[in-house]
Amino acid sequence: MAWFQKAKKSLSPKERSQVPDGLWIKCENCGEIIFRRELQKNHSVCQKCRFHFRIGSREYIELLIDEGSFREFNADLKSVDPLKFKDTKRYTERIQKAVKATGINDAIRTGVGLMNGRKIILGVMDFAFFGGSVGSVVGEKITQAAKRAKEGEYPFILVCASGGMRMQEGMFSLMQMAKTSCALADYSEKNLPFITLLTHPTTGGTTASFAMLGDIIVAEPGALIGFAGPRVIKQTIGQDLPPGFQRAEFLLQRGFIDFIEDRSKMKETLSKVLSNLCD
Amino acid sequence: MNERFALDFEKPIIELEKKIEEMKIISGSSEIELEDDIARLEKKADKLKKDIYSSLTRWQRAQVARHPDRPYSLDYINRIMTDFVELHGDRAFADDPAIIAGLGKIEDRPVVLVAHQKGRGTKDKLYRNFGMPNPEGYRKANRLMQLAARFGRPIVSLIDTPGAYPGLGAEERGQAEAIAVNLMTMAKLPVPFIAFVIGEGGSGGALAIGIADRIFMFENSIYSVISPEGCASILYRDAAQAPKAAEAMKITAGDLHKLGLVDEVIEEPLGGAHRDPDAAAEAVKMTLIAALDELKNKPLDSLIPERQEKYFRIGQWEQVKT
Repeated sequence: MAWFQKAKKSLSPKERSQVPDGLWIKCENCGEIIFRRELQKNHSVCQKCRFHFRIGSREYIELLIDEGSFREFNADLKSVDPLKFKDTKRYTERIQKAVKATGINDAIRTGVGLMNGRKIILGVMDFAFFGGSVGSVVGEKITQAAKRAKEGEYPFILVCASGGMRMQEGMFSLMQMAKTSCALADYSEKNLPFITLLTHPTTGGTTASFAMLGDIIVAEPGALIGFAGPRVIKQTIGQDLPPGFQRAEFLLQRGFIDFIEDRSKMKETLSKVLSNLCD
Repeated sequence: MNERFALDFEKPIIELEKKIEEMKIISGSSEIELEDDIARLEKKADKLKKDIYSSLTRWQRAQVARHPDRPYSLDYINRIMTDFVELHGDRAFADDPAIIAGLGKIEDRPVVLVAHQKGRGTKDKLYRNFGMPNPEGYRKANRLMQLAARFGRPIVSLIDTPGAYPGLGAEERGQAEAIAVNLMTMAKLPVPFIAFVIGEGGSGGALAIGIADRIFMFENSIYSVISPEGCASILYRDAAQAPKAAEAMKITAGDLHKLGLVDEVIEEPLGGAHRDPDAAAEAVKMTLIAALDELKNKPLDSLIPERQEKYFRIGQWEQVKT
């Protein structure tokens, strides 16, 4: 669990999360030089190879939710340091830094809003905050969101981007897998749709709990989705992984996700799914 | 006397025990009266064990939890269960020897058992995949949980795994999905569920059979979000820093009880479960029986909500101005 990997060169969360500054940027996948404004207009998707640049929670909310209709829940919840955890730095310092860099208090935003006029509960994880890792706050926010979705009888969509459970909160983090699963088990009794949208990357305990519990599981093209991280598997088996291993297309072929959708069509497709299931 | 594996901090104990053993042999084969000396040394050995075992570091406890002589699930099953019938396979792909599942009785109380199983000796270790389950193991466990629900049998799970297997096939067959589905199943199981961490509670691979009404841990067992080695290799870029990671993550039974994450810490025989597997098994049995009897008549409309409520309460945070 929590197999999230740091980039070789340590970048600040802000740099990692957003399309780099400058007028032109190079596609990480195909090397195409893209005009930055053009990229932003296209939801940060390379028009040549369809590579999906990682976007933040705010951008994803804008992508799915009708303008001005989003009302955030529990934005005031902030991690504490239950274990007094210290490695090279104190956990409290690391949180402080992540909050400053991202402007959010933890690795997920949850709330209610309209998607093409339909009221839904939405959670969007943010990889820029601590690798999207799940600790007490993320677990609580997902649990609260599921409870509100159940009470209001709203569809619940959860956009995942996470390296797994957050080591710095130890077993409190692991138990969030149990906690969110309990909340989702309650929600599923209502026969309301729970849709998970897996973006790059979704690994560790996140995949092994709520991400894989969607009634419908959708992924972005090329997203890395798995339990163990590629480096750990490589170490375990002592050989290189086949090309495309653990990518969205691989999971689709193996039967673990329902479909892959391009970011630009995501809102329309999810709306269709909901209308087919709920109207 | 056969040479036993000894952890560094166990060596003084083993040496003293050897001496006692030798004296017993001499005393048995000659006229020399050594009983008093033997009794004195035995007392000393007890004190030594107590002293050493009461001040173990977290990393040392992890080593006891992984001790090669430590009793594994089958050692307990054989000692505490009667009429045990093992059931195999996930009805889809394969049987996973890293998870044992079956039906049996504990002092006439019928239960469904699911347990991790580590191997002893190279061949057995490979056969059991070092206690690291593949998805089919978790799916077998799920099948047995559903069976337990249908037949109204309480579930006992024995937890002892380094973690779910991080292999090519495991990923291909949906390790994450298998674990996730188990979590959701356990959240709503309409029968009592008792989990006992007997050795290593390795992350999601342990939790996958561990959402329970009562969670017990042996005093020298550990339970953690990631192995100390894994944590160290990420945070310190060096797996050898595992002792530090074990300290930071607070992985021992005592820690987790203090943090309110497990229900009870069960004492082991002096010097660890591996020094007296019979006594350890007795402790497991007594604990399970008490919990089974306590939960037996709990109505479902309080059993399930109370189980869930326990998990809903887990977590610490503060509220800040936004």
